[in-house]
Amino acid sequence: MRTTLGRRTALRSLAGVMVAALTLSGAACGNDEPSGTSAAEAGPNGIDDGSELTLWTRAPLEKQAKLLVDAYNASHQNTVKLTVVPNDDYVAKVGAAAGSNGLPDLFAADIVYVPNWVSQGLFQDLSTNINGLSFKDSINKGHLSAGTVDSKPHVLPFVLDLSMLFWNKELFREAGLDPEKAPANLEEYAAAAKAVQGLKKDGVYGTAAGLNCGGCLVFTWFPSIWASGGQVMSPDGTESKLADETAQKVYSTWADLWKSGAVLPSSAGETGPTWTAAFTEGKVGLMFYPATLLSSTPFDAGVAGIPGPSGGASTFVGGDGIGVSKDSKKAAQAWNFLSWMMSEEAQVEVLAKNKDVVSRSDLANNKYAAEDPRLVTINEVAGKGDTPVALNFQQAFNAPNSPWLTLIRNQVLNGGGDLQKDNGEITAVLKQ
Amino acid sequence: MTVTAPSRPPSAAKRGRARPRGRQALLGWLYATPTAVFVVALFAIPLLLVVKMSVSKWPLLTGDQGLNAPDNFVKAVNHRFFTDSVVFTIKYTVLATVLLLALGLGLALLVQESSRWNNLLRASFLIPSALGLASASLLFYVLYSPYASPLAPVMDSLGFTFLGSPNAALFSTTFLIVWRYAGFYMVLMLVGLQGIPADVYEAARSDGASRWQTFRKVTLPLLRPTLALTTVLCVTGSLLAFEQFYILTKGGPDNSTITVVQLIYMVAFQGQNDLGVAAAISVIVLAALVLINALQLRAFRSEES
Repeated sequence: MRTTLGRRTALRSLAGVMVAALTLSGAACGNDEPSGTSAAEAGPNGIDDGSELTLWTRAPLEKQAKLLVDAYNASHQNTVKLTVVPNDDYVAKVGAAAGSNGLPDLFAADIVYVPNWVSQGLFQDLSTNINGLSFKDSINKGHLSAGTVDSKPHVLPFVLDLSMLFWNKELFREAGLDPEKAPANLEEYAAAAKAVQGLKKDGVYGTAAGLNCGGCLVFTWFPSIWASGGQVMSPDGTESKLADETAQKVYSTWADLWKSGAVLPSSAGETGPTWTAAFTEGKVGLMFYPATLLSSTPFDAGVAGIPGPSGGASTFVGGDGIGVSKDSKKAAQAWNFLSWMMSEEAQVEVLAKNKDVVSRSDLANNKYAAEDPRLVTINEVAGKGDTPVALNFQQAFNAPNSPWLTLIRNQVLNGGGDLQKDNGEITAVLKQ
Repeated sequence: MTVTAPSRPPSAAKRGRARPRGRQALLGWLYATPTAVFVVALFAIPLLLVVKMSVSKWPLLTGDQGLNAPDNFVKAVNHRFFTDSVVFTIKYTVLATVLLLALGLGLALLVQESSRWNNLLRASFLIPSALGLASASLLFYVLYSPYASPLAPVMDSLGFTFLGSPNAALFSTTFLIVWRYAGFYMVLMLVGLQGIPADVYEAARSDGASRWQTFRKVTLPLLRPTLALTTVLCVTGSLLAFEQFYILTKGGPDNSTITVVQLIYMVAFQGQNDLGVAAAISVIVLAALVLINALQLRAFRSEES
């Protein structure tokens, strides 16, 4: 009797295990189509019905994302749950989630990855909603066009991050430079860096750069090329023009600076995590620096556009775009967050208040910008800036082993290398 | 029978005796089921998935796009960092294995003799092993950073950075690994050493063998099983090195410290975003590892017999 019972139990548990395994595999393979109201059906403001939305962003924009999410949660019935992912792990995390249909409702993406991700279908088409916005024409063009495929916009600017020339006024004064005047071209920039270096203060350096960080270099050196009228890529993003004359002048200026010892030594190995730290601590005279850090720079810093070898000013309009993911079943609710995010309330009372750049040009002259002339400068330069678009941007520029990084390190640190060949490598990757 | 199962009713005992083999087999399967389920779910299925990926077009963001064998393997072998990463991984493995085994054995011999400081020494050698490899790497990341490190003034005055040149980066990372794992290998060696009977040493001593002779002719041969185990562990671990390089060097400077596993990660998640090619490299690494381990075990076994 008991043995049969035992055997039956055994069989039953075996069956249980198999059922569990089947359910698991079923769940893993289940291909749920997004249900619920679509964003387009929900009207201009979406639905605010107390749903819980998930939002992913990467760590460098944590501060802005938190401010936005907190302000939204305080004023709406919907709640947004924010997940902040380390910068280096973000693509892997999004990729894994996209493969298993587990993307959050909303997620932000580094604007240089947006063209690729949109064309891979990670974002839902928001054209009806975005085209319906009365202020559509004043939304930052670079961000909007990066997320537009087949003339359908999928992505809105989440946080704009501009690269600007920042200088430490205190150190400028000590070095006998005019603390109120920005270096007008790259030559003056180098001279200023050497002057600060000439102070021979302990632990203080003229300038700094993330010389082992492809993303940092794209962000800070592309504008130098643009400012003097140069191009970094062909308009379709398949050919690199980083061996042109303007680019060469940028490299030679930096190679000279590096040789003269006016660059923070740890810059050579800097892979990104601490590339801005020395300036924030007041130990660097001037550098190309992200404007998002304006509010967390504790001392008096001057701000100007990034100059090129022959003057001018430009900026890299970086930061993150945000859209509704292909896996979201709450597109209407997610659109409620997005439409609020673009509203004057969020742009001015959250972003501008925190000294961040607004993503609508019609709101650039807000009351907070009036209080701090540096914000006016940033907003002005934003109009002259650019956002490069290329499908293989990550592999060509941002990846730790990118050919762009090889080119820069050869030109600036290792003294030479074959510029045409290194540039050819970038083109080869862009063309893939 | 009565001892093991005193309360069993006679009928059950009879049935049990009638088909003891089948029943035991079933029971055996039952006992093995949990393990089998885990092995299948956590090893066999992922392994098959990787093999499938390696013969499919499988971009990270869009998933399976159907078979394309053997494109991924061709792309993997032709990758511009494939040869470099294989050479570097082998270089690192040789360096790490020699240092770790020599140091592990040395430390074990040092703490084997009972002395006053014995426990303190053992504990201090073993403590780094209690730290996760990623945490240890982060610790050294700060220590090696020319910016945040307490050693920054030293680096400044010597004009030298720990991760600045290809060789410095390799040695600095190897130092971290030696610091982290020497204690672990010491413990393994210690177990092996204490398994050698004392009378063998006594006999050697009464024959007038010197310390070196005892070590060469007695300790080393009798330690062979332990050496085999530690070599296999160390070689396998070093060939699969990832965290320390990922955190400390990211493959730099100038792509000089890319290990094979890092290459897999890079291909999968940093730029190329191609899981198919990444899986193809994984399969190649797996095959190489199986081969290397088989050869190692055979080498140690044949000398034994």
